[in-house]
Amino acid sequence: MSLQGKVCFITGSTRGIGWATAREFARNGAIVVLNHRGSVELLEERCRELEAEFHGTVVGLPADAIDTAAVKRCYVEIFRRFKRLDVLVNNAGILRDALLGMISDEMIHTVMDTNLMGSLVHLQEASRLMTRTGGGSIINISSIIGRVGNEGQTVYAASKAAVIGMTMAAAKELAPKNIRVNAVAPGFIDTPMTRQLPPDKFQQRIASVRMGRIGKPEEVAQVILFLANDMSSYVTGQVLGVDGGMTI
Amino acid sequence: MTNSAKDKLKNAFIAALDVRPDSDFESLAYGQTAGWDSVAHMSLISEIETAFDIMLGTDDVIGMSSFQKAQEIVARNGVDFA
Repeated sequence: MSLQGKVCFITGSTRGIGWATAREFARNGAIVVLNHRGSVELLEERCRELEAEFHGTVVGLPADAIDTAAVKRCYVEIFRRFKRLDVLVNNAGILRDALLGMISDEMIHTVMDTNLMGSLVHLQEASRLMTRTGGGSIINISSIIGRVGNEGQTVYAASKAAVIGMTMAAAKELAPKNIRVNAVAPGFIDTPMTRQLPPDKFQQRIASVRMGRIGKPEEVAQVILFLANDMSSYVTGQVLGVDGGMTI
Repeated sequence: MTNSAKDKLKNAFIAALDVRPDSDFESLAYGQTAGWDSVAHMSLISEIETAFDIMLGTDDVIGMSSFQKAQEIVARNGVDFA
């Protein structure tokens, strides 16, 4: 599934699903644009790792999804360097848990600003660049929690459900411009976010997976690769679950 | 704005809004000129960005409400006036 020469921007791509996706894209010949909101050193190290292993073009653009000016600068830089964008993986996101009654305003703003507003700004900027070059593919990373909810995760669920609504609306609006917009809804995946769970919660989650195991980031990355690629050229407005049967 | 830059801008309007080349460009306005709706507006932005090899910010996209405004915005994005 070649992405040879395609310019692919993956937000939140120094670890977890984002990093696995970056590796998968680089393996398939993409020009990879990495993004990270924290340490520039880590971003640069990840760029060097990808270049050394896959020998392709890799660029790192630091920006926090909640900083809309910084996000917009990323697209100006992509335009300056490549004059095009073929794939956006809207992956940057955060997880905050709290039971109803204990949810602070600050927590709502932090989660919504990152998971929803950040994704929306990326989607808008990416779609404009893609319009200029005749199309592209946008993959928004939602979550199984955005589809079925979970106790203690009302805010996170709301933000990820909103990502699905955003995907549907954008898919309808952008289809005439040959821009496909899909969402991926990972289930219980082995990432730094899920490793924060207490052992009892971890076991509870495993028990709810029909395949009886935690998913690997690479298994999500393969699905993202499919949606990024021309193999899915007639697929838009879909939410693809990658959850080992948690939702059946 | 040089004549060639102004011609480029006119051509972008002609391509995106399907206006006649002999139109009164100075009178074109978003929401008033037939065919210049929100869908055509995004096509116009794309035509202008491609013609001048620039990338406009969201405020400029929203603020481009007339041919005159378009000239101002394009000029502000580095297109030569000489």
